Amino acid sequence: MTATPLVEARNLNIAFGRGPAALKVVRNVSFTLGREKLAIVGESGAGKSTVGRALMRLLPPSAHMTADALRFADVDLIAASEKQMMALRGRRMGLIMQDPKYSLNPVMPVGEQIAESWRLHHPGREGARQAQERTLAMLEAVQIRDPARVAKLYPHEVSGGMGQRVMIAMMLISGPDLLIADEPTSALDVTVRLEVLALLDELIARRGLGLIFISHDLNLVRRFCDRVIIMYAGQVVETLAAADLDRAEHPYTRNLLASLPSIRHPRPRLPVMTRDPAWAQDRRAAP
Amino acid sequence: MAPDTAPPRAGMAGWLKAETPDGALHAMAQQLWRGWVQFLHHPLGLLGAGVILLLVVAAVAAPLLTPYDPAAQNMMGRLAPPSAAHWLGTDEFGRDIFARLIYGARTTLYIIALVTVIVAPIGLIIGVCAGYLGGLADEILMRITDVFLALPGLVLALGFAAALGAGITNAIIAIALTAWPPIARLARAEALGLRNADFIAAVRLQGASPARIIFRHVVPMCLPSVIVRVTLSMAGVILTAAGLGFLGLGAKPPMPEWGAMVSTGREFMIDSPWVVMAPGLAIAAVSLAFNLVGDALRDILDPRG
Repeated sequence: MTATPLVEARNLNIAFGRGPAALKVVRNVSFTLGREKLAIVGESGAGKSTVGRALMRLLPPSAHMTADALRFADVDLIAASEKQMMALRGRRMGLIMQDPKYSLNPVMPVGEQIAESWRLHHPGREGARQAQERTLAMLEAVQIRDPARVAKLYPHEVSGGMGQRVMIAMMLISGPDLLIADEPTSALDVTVRLEVLALLDELIARRGLGLIFISHDLNLVRRFCDRVIIMYAGQVVETLAAADLDRAEHPYTRNLLASLPSIRHPRPRLPVMTRDPAWAQDRRAAP
Repeated sequence: MAPDTAPPRAGMAGWLKAETPDGALHAMAQQLWRGWVQFLHHPLGLLGAGVILLLVVAAVAAPLLTPYDPAAQNMMGRLAPPSAAHWLGTDEFGRDIFARLIYGARTTLYIIALVTVIVAPIGLIIGVCAGYLGGLADEILMRITDVFLALPGLVLALGFAAALGAGITNAIIAIALTAWPPIARLARAEALGLRNADFIAAVRLQGASPARIIFRHVVPMCLPSVIVRVTLSMAGVILTAAGLGFLGLGAKPPMPEWGAMVSTGREFMIDSPWVVMAPGLAIAAVSLAFNLVGDALRDILDPRG
């Protein structure tokens, strides 16, 4: 881990709408990320994806973001201009989305879409020439055989796993420092999921990236990530090392773990989560 | 036994019907071919296409099709009924109506081509910008569009043509000013559906600027429906152009223009109906033809159809 963290968030708040009717979807979230794999886990609507989008500053216009600090390496993400953000997106931070079926332009060959990512940040003729080579190299890096052929295919002609590899190639081609993966495998079936994860793991290790992995799959996260942040109703309820997940203290985390089905210890009925309203109450993170 | 895979057929037909296209260009050619085959099964569309083809041929080969000069007057032979020498008769100045009809096709085609070239990009860009950018930009652009839509096209064109002065160029400008709003509306609707698509979000995540997203990702997706819409609105454009010509705000007199021909011929309608009938039928046939082709294109290009 480097001395300055890759991402630092202190008391990040995001609300949709203004005034008393505003819906606070992220409340006082604080975390730091080095060159490690950090998971953000929680149920639907816990604010996981919103945190990811906030780092890219790509929230819908109705969202309002405040924070004591939100930094990416040396850039203040709150003060940065839209132009600075445009240079940052794709070039230094990438986000992989959930479903490759919808995240690729259906009327453009996939190779061209990967190349566009490079061209965006390397304008001019030189950039266009490099883009071709880089695209093929990148497709090879995501373990696609015969990259020259695949580059010419349209999104509907590639399988889900292949599509997600293309997405990964698209986001990694410019060599970002931070990768945010927003449930990158939930649209894939189980065997393909493991392949894609292994690939992601290898690429991250080789390039020394920081990863924020947004997921609701606790078992996956436990094996794949270094640290886990558990969110509930927009707040961080617990942060622990992935290996210590079994020793979680917060009742919400314990409940989540207890409600996982296990093939080795089959139970006739899985416990239903009992929610304590106190979990959702506003808490200010200790400085 | 024959081998499982049939040998590739040689020539153009084989290339167009190949199972797997070799590249984007090949795939596009095949798509066009399939569209064409579908079009062949659309009798009304085919009829319309035939009439339009006739119009184009008449316009291009006008001097070859008739020995007469459309502006040459012959006061001795004025208002002559159709005969072997003058297939459609002559008008009040003794000009050959067939020649004027055929040279008038040039005028009509000229108007259609220029209006299309002006209207399609303007409507597309305004609509796509409004739809994709949303918010204040959408409000401003769409309210301007509403202002143009609020007035009937012909009335607005009349106003513009009267203000700019009579003449074919001004008529084209006037028609173009009234024809873009429906296209802008359509493009906006298409862009609205696309702006929240995940693949647009993915391009933004890569750091693309709004201009780049609009021109490289949104515009190409909106093009097919805009093309159909433009074809359909051509019928209206022809009628408006003929209307302006009829009212003396279109082409200036010696220039053969169908609307103006109907207008001058109406004085002699009772005694010499052929003067009005030929250009009138031509206007009706061509505008109907564009409607039919537009309908056929919509049926073919609409994936839900």
